Amino acid sequence: MTTSLSFIEKDSFIHNLTGSTKMVFFLLWSIAAMITYDTRILAVMLVAGIAIFRVSKLEWKDVKVAVNFMLVLIAMNMVGIYIFAPEQGVEIYGTRHEIVHFIGRYSIVTEQLFYLLNFTLKYLAVMPVALVFILATNPSEFAASLNGIGVNYKIGYAVSIALRYIPDVQRDFHEISQAQQARGIDLSSKDSLVSRMKNSAAILFPLVLSSLHRIETISNAMELRGFGKKRKRTWIVQKNFRKQDFFVVVVACVILAISVGMITYTGSRYFNPFV
Amino acid sequence: MRETLISFEHYTFQYHVQSEPTLRDINLQIKKGERVIIVGSSGSGKSTLGHCLNGLNPFSYHGESTGKLTICGVEAKKSSIFELSQYVGTVLQDTDGQFIGMTVLEDVAFAMENDCVPKEELIARTEREASMLQLTEFLNHSPHQLSGGQKQRVSMAGVLVKKIPILLFDEPLANLDPAAGKEAIKLIDQIQKETEAAVVIIEHRLEDALYMGADRIVLMEEGRIIADLPPAEIFAKDYLVQAGIREPLYITALKYAGVTLSPEMGLQRIEDLQLDEVQKEQVRLWFGQEEAGKSKEEKEIILSVENLGFGYKQGISTLNDVSFEIHEGEMVSIVGKNGAGKSTLAKLLCGFQKAEDGVIRYRGRDIATDTIKERAKYIGYVMQNPNQMISRPMIYDEVALSLRGLELSEEQMQERVFKALKICGLYEYRNWPVQALSYGQKKRVTIASILVQEPEILILDEPTAGQDFRHYTEIMEFLKELNKQGITVIIITHDMHLMLEYAERTITFAEGRMIADTTPVRLFANTEMIEKASLKETSLFNLANLCGIDPEAYINTFIERDRKEREA
Amino acid sequence: MKRNKQLSIVSIVAMGIGAALFFVLGRFAAIPTFIPNTTINIQYAILALFAVIYGPIVSCYAGFIGHTLIDLSWGSPWWSWIIATAVFGLIVGLCRKWIYVQGASFETMEIVKFNIVQVFAHCIAWGVVAPTLDILIYNEPVAKLYAQGIAAGISNALTTGIIGSILLIAYSKTKTKKGSLQKEA
Repeated sequence: MTTSLSFIEKDSFIHNLTGSTKMVFFLLWSIAAMITYDTRILAVMLVAGIAIFRVSKLEWKDVKVAVNFMLVLIAMNMVGIYIFAPEQGVEIYGTRHEIVHFIGRYSIVTEQLFYLLNFTLKYLAVMPVALVFILATNPSEFAASLNGIGVNYKIGYAVSIALRYIPDVQRDFHEISQAQQARGIDLSSKDSLVSRMKNSAAILFPLVLSSLHRIETISNAMELRGFGKKRKRTWIVQKNFRKQDFFVVVVACVILAISVGMITYTGSRYFNPFV
Repeated sequence: MRETLISFEHYTFQYHVQSEPTLRDINLQIKKGERVIIVGSSGSGKSTLGHCLNGLNPFSYHGESTGKLTICGVEAKKSSIFELSQYVGTVLQDTDGQFIGMTVLEDVAFAMENDCVPKEELIARTEREASMLQLTEFLNHSPHQLSGGQKQRVSMAGVLVKKIPILLFDEPLANLDPAAGKEAIKLIDQIQKETEAAVVIIEHRLEDALYMGADRIVLMEEGRIIADLPPAEIFAKDYLVQAGIREPLYITALKYAGVTLSPEMGLQRIEDLQLDEVQKEQVRLWFGQEEAGKSKEEKEIILSVENLGFGYKQGISTLNDVSFEIHEGEMVSIVGKNGAGKSTLAKLLCGFQKAEDGVIRYRGRDIATDTIKERAKYIGYVMQNPNQMISRPMIYDEVALSLRGLELSEEQMQERVFKALKICGLYEYRNWPVQALSYGQKKRVTIASILVQEPEILILDEPTAGQDFRHYTEIMEFLKELNKQGITVIIITHDMHLMLEYAERTITFAEGRMIADTTPVRLFANTEMIEKASLKETSLFNLANLCGIDPEAYINTFIERDRKEREA
Repeated sequence: MKRNKQLSIVSIVAMGIGAALFFVLGRFAAIPTFIPNTTINIQYAILALFAVIYGPIVSCYAGFIGHTLIDLSWGSPWWSWIIATAVFGLIVGLCRKWIYVQGASFETMEIVKFNIVQVFAHCIAWGVVAPTLDILIYNEPVAKLYAQGIAAGISNALTTGIIGSILLIAYSKTKTKKGSLQKEA
């Protein structure tokens, strides 16, 4: 998983919070950013998010690739939006200040620029917190954390099994593809799309069979060691909930409350500078 | 009188999906502190017996039972997996499948977590058990950072954190190299002494399992127990051979020499064996009469490797300066500890990875620029697990798969597929689904699917892993037959019997370097090499020393005789 | 398998392994297409297969967990599409009894039913769920979202149709009983 993001061990305020705290914070933060379109709130969240990133002692090089990837994705989305709806902003904000006109329905309008700015902010406001959550939470804590925020522990354990066996499945997949390549089956060849799909089925079938077999073994092993015996279970990796955890959860609630409060107070998701 | 922990009385078990009972009229008592080894060929019902003990039967795999099975006073049928798991701790053979936690710490604590043990106690007990099994320094390691033997120790720790009267090991040696297997057995021995638990081991590597000494061997055949005796008594008779189980080599050797066996001779372990002068003379006499094997004449070099080097990570080389030659028509084994570079070598030969250093030549030609597909035309690679290779449900299609990309007419294709199927003895099954075949037959399907490309060299990764003696013989005799027809066979293995019985030459790896290229017999006569390659000395070596014969010559003689026996 | 009022252990493990498969295939096994930056997602074929074998709850969660992990490994979860994946798993799983009776063989009729269900499920997921959520969250232009949804839906339905059908036929053949087979000379 060299290209994916994974846990980086550090000793920071964020790292020492419980996994549940970080999960709650991340979820409430995401919801807050999802429901509002208020430029002021989003801007504050972005700045705060960057500050949180600094507190976590993570470094720019840890996230550079991911951030660039996300920026490209956002840019592509913006192009898409512009092509399909060059005046979406006009519709939202109710006014129209044209700067330059190109052809037909395409022109540059202040409202559209402002809408795209807000759209970008909406993603950027979540990104630092999401990255911190991913990089500063030990995957071992995932299941316990989910259980800690009220998710059934069995579902939590399904997440743990997924994380535990991803490298095994990945190894199987590579070995099977290599063996099949030796028999002339290849995914990257210049064949037609349909025949490439058929080829991929030839790799997937052994992968599925070995996975079904693996499911049987793992569930036997878990059952023999008493998984699911009781309605609860304890977790050796679970951190104790401390004062600072309480503080962080409260902060997350406040942010969500502000986001919701502004909508009810102003009666709109948008901050409209045009009227 | 010690307390009886396990008691089968006229016990019969039939799976719902089967038309016949798998266990028939089982009567077996196991007492506190006893060590029992259960042997039997595949399908003899030994695994089913184990599943009845830990409750997987009938609670996970449904079935009907008659008669009575009580475990620690509880009637199994009316119990549950969870209740039985308090009495029977199970260690399975699949070291990855049963390693459920993301780290050693979590996996050891798993059973206690399910019992809702509070966190402080969890940590204390986990750490105590980990230090008992020398796992303390690995507590934060993930399973991918551990060897097979270490993973198995984690599984044992995970079972032992709870005080348990019965320990059940389901083929604990199947995935370990000989040295790791020996360690595992030593550990089981030590644990048994400390906990005084009853230990039940289901295993077909009998000689290895016996290293710790057992009170009884229970021999199963077709769902019945046909012998339940102390090891020495079972070896004195021919029970094992008749049931298709491999005897310890020293027992076979004594039988070849015509020594009359009696339990009093200490037959249970080579370490305990006592021979009087007359018996020793019998062994020496037999050695004098038999002829040692002759080596084959060497043919043209088909594959050569010069100064091969490869490093997955910068700075850490997985293969270093490896050079050897393979002659046409040879049958060579490649041995060495897990991670010594054997699989990397195979991947480099097949082109799955590119060598960083050195040259690979096929019939004198450098093949660096040949793609995977091109190399497959002369080097075929057969993976360990046939289920990982089979990608078509029907046998014919599976074998034909690699020909689909070629410009062949349907008749030409059929001709080649039929030829490969005939070589592999599968012609009459050509329209069957692969899944209807036995493991050994599936293995042959994968070999057929490679042979259809008509390679001259066949590389097989652990072709007999986890197979009983009958399947082992079936697969190996088949490979030998292919070899006789001119195909060069390279086998990656840590099965010592396989090396001794089938390989003409053994290339040995340790820590990414080639440390020996010699006959298996010479390798086994060299104690230092054995240790480096993570192998284990054979009992023939001890027997030769006991009788004052040159071990190398003796092993050679034995193997020759054994080959003749098999051919007869 | 154990009948439990709650989820059985096999279901839990199937969720986890299903999610791991979804992740590995989605992350490392995408088939490149002729359109730049657009790949074909073969993981939906596996999700459909798990739906048919293990039922709606397993496939719903396996899709949800697997897709979330993919997004997290890139940096930020795209909840609207994650939920759409879960809905796809759920719908195929709910219809599994109509598609195919466990133990039967997978013939033309079953293939047709499977494909009706999977196309329908993809339509709901990418034509309704994903765009609706995107409109609610981001207020993106409707036309763009539907264009995206339809493109994703068509390509996913095509892959699920081809690969999923091949896998299901192959899977059902592994269940053939030995008694029905005869050797041929």
